[in-house]
Amino acid sequence: MNKKSLGQNLLRAPYVLWAALFVIVPLVIMGYYALTDANGVFSLSNFSDLGRYKKAFFLSLVYAFISTIITLLIAYPLAYFMTKCKPGAQRMIMILTMLPMWTNFLIRTYSWITILSNTGIINTLLGKIGIGPLPLINRPGTVILGMVYDFLPYMILPIYNVMSKIDFSLTEAAEDLGANKLRVISKVIFPLSLPGVISGITMVFVPSVSTFYISQKLGGNKTMLIGDMIEYLFNLGPDYYNVASAISMVLMAIILVSLFIMNRFSDDADGGVVI
Amino acid sequence: MKRIVNLILILLLIISTFTLTGCGYQYFDLELQGDYSNDLAGTVLNVYNWGEYISDGSDSGIDVNKEFERVTGIKVNYSTFESNETMYSQLRTAGVSYDLIIPSDYMIDRMVSEDMLLKIDTSKLSNYSNIGEQYKNQYYDPDNEYSVPFNVGMVGVIYNKEMVGEVEKSWSVFWDEQYKNQTLMFSNPRDAFMVAQFLDGTSVNSKNKADWDSAAELLKQQKKYLQSYVMDEVYGKMETGEAAIAPYYAGDYLTMYDVNDDLAFFYPKEGTNIFVDAVCIPSCCQNYEAAMLYINFLLEPEIALANAEYIGYASPNTAVINNPDYCYFGNEILYPDEENMPKTEYYRNLDDDIRYYYENLWIDVKLY
Repeated sequence: MNKKSLGQNLLRAPYVLWAALFVIVPLVIMGYYALTDANGVFSLSNFSDLGRYKKAFFLSLVYAFISTIITLLIAYPLAYFMTKCKPGAQRMIMILTMLPMWTNFLIRTYSWITILSNTGIINTLLGKIGIGPLPLINRPGTVILGMVYDFLPYMILPIYNVMSKIDFSLTEAAEDLGANKLRVISKVIFPLSLPGVISGITMVFVPSVSTFYISQKLGGNKTMLIGDMIEYLFNLGPDYYNVASAISMVLMAIILVSLFIMNRFSDDADGGVVI
Repeated sequence: MKRIVNLILILLLIISTFTLTGCGYQYFDLELQGDYSNDLAGTVLNVYNWGEYISDGSDSGIDVNKEFERVTGIKVNYSTFESNETMYSQLRTAGVSYDLIIPSDYMIDRMVSEDMLLKIDTSKLSNYSNIGEQYKNQYYDPDNEYSVPFNVGMVGVIYNKEMVGEVEKSWSVFWDEQYKNQTLMFSNPRDAFMVAQFLDGTSVNSKNKADWDSAAELLKQQKKYLQSYVMDEVYGKMETGEAAIAPYYAGDYLTMYDVNDDLAFFYPKEGTNIFVDAVCIPSCCQNYEAAMLYINFLLEPEIALANAEYIGYASPNTAVINNPDYCYFGNEILYPDEENMPKTEYYRNLDDDIRYYYENLWIDVKLY
């Protein structure tokens, strides 16, 4: 390590302070709670009791997995289509993607209630033509819809970013060499866009797996995802801080493992690009 | 130019909101029965009450605190809490000082046993005779030494006649296949267990863990019939007809009925939970005499009427109940006669052991 100048240290200080206060300290507190019992004595019992939450863990992983796949299936073609548009149109689509993100996430989730509820917009309109009311809300599918809607921009943006930088003379070269459209996409565009896909998957999967509120509002508060469970336990009071911290630690471990696996993929992809 | 015009418009808007809301309260010409002459003018009284739990001058009603300040010259420093437990921990741990609090029955019981309340000599309250006899000598304060009742409430079932017609007057509606996906349930454990325990015929204060197990089993079975677990969302969902049946407080039903008159209400035949919120003086009180004046002021017929109409819960004040001008005069839901009075049970303060046990059962219900 070479010695940093005073100026560099000063520039770095705000971030280091920030990270220490709001990342390291909370993690230490969480670790302390997770590894002690209600009396502050060291104990692993918080972890051995986690079996009862396996359903919540499992559901969270399944919901997050499904919504990640759906966002990918929507975002990838859209990002590809965007790169084919004129710059003005690209900017327009970009603004339309970003626009909902300027509204608070809670409000965006809540607005789905007004659309999907039994007395909501869709069922009122259907009622006018004599159909329904259809049970659109308080179902697992509605929770996944909420996740897809809330996190879709996080999939579109990184994929678009990577795709817009692809040198399209490469695709022309592939076509010149006799590749058909499908082959161009599968052998040239997809591998080149893989880093974007990977970071999109991470940016959607991680918040989906730990999300709360969406299931409470769109799922009738009946399906407990792991994020909801953590929130619920903390709200129950200090008696439950320990087990809630232990769940948070395990959730963090699951997320770190998935990030690690993802990164392996993207390393391979980078390697592929070089070759 | 346009920018300057915009700026002026925004400034005008800000100024107008201040002037429109700032002043404008007209003092009432009150006919007070108690004597409020005192030499406490200029002192401060710290009042700690539930949110939205006092007539505050909105809808051209009486602003109780302002009127008290005018009559006595005592400055009221008013703050609010959201739950008995928050209030309790504030008093217990944070070095705060309040002169007057309004906890619920079981919390009064607990605070008395922990020596946190001062005695109130009701003979010094000239308006105390307004309190109905049936609201005195309750379990949490058998000799009326520590509390003066402020509000009474009972839980019942609200249902939408248009959507489900007439229903059986029983808690069992929340386990009925025909109302599947139309029912709401409390999302806090104590109230949810209460519903199951009344159906199950056990006490809401049972010390027997098997009773809680059995109630938890019922709650698990119930889950497949529910539309959702709610607290405050119950207003919107019942008022719009999103849900058809929900358990909630009688006073709040009246608020919902104002919006949607398809709604009806009953007290289940198995019985229900009753609560009393009462005025108490905590032991950290710094201005006891002013607190006594305030309690007497709350018991004034006009003041109690304003509070009863603003809050919408049942008043224990006979001067309110018997006033034909009271907007809920003779209301059969707030004031059921003896024949229609449901069997009721107060929540008692439970041991930590039982509390921890049912909270964990509730987690299992939520995970089920």
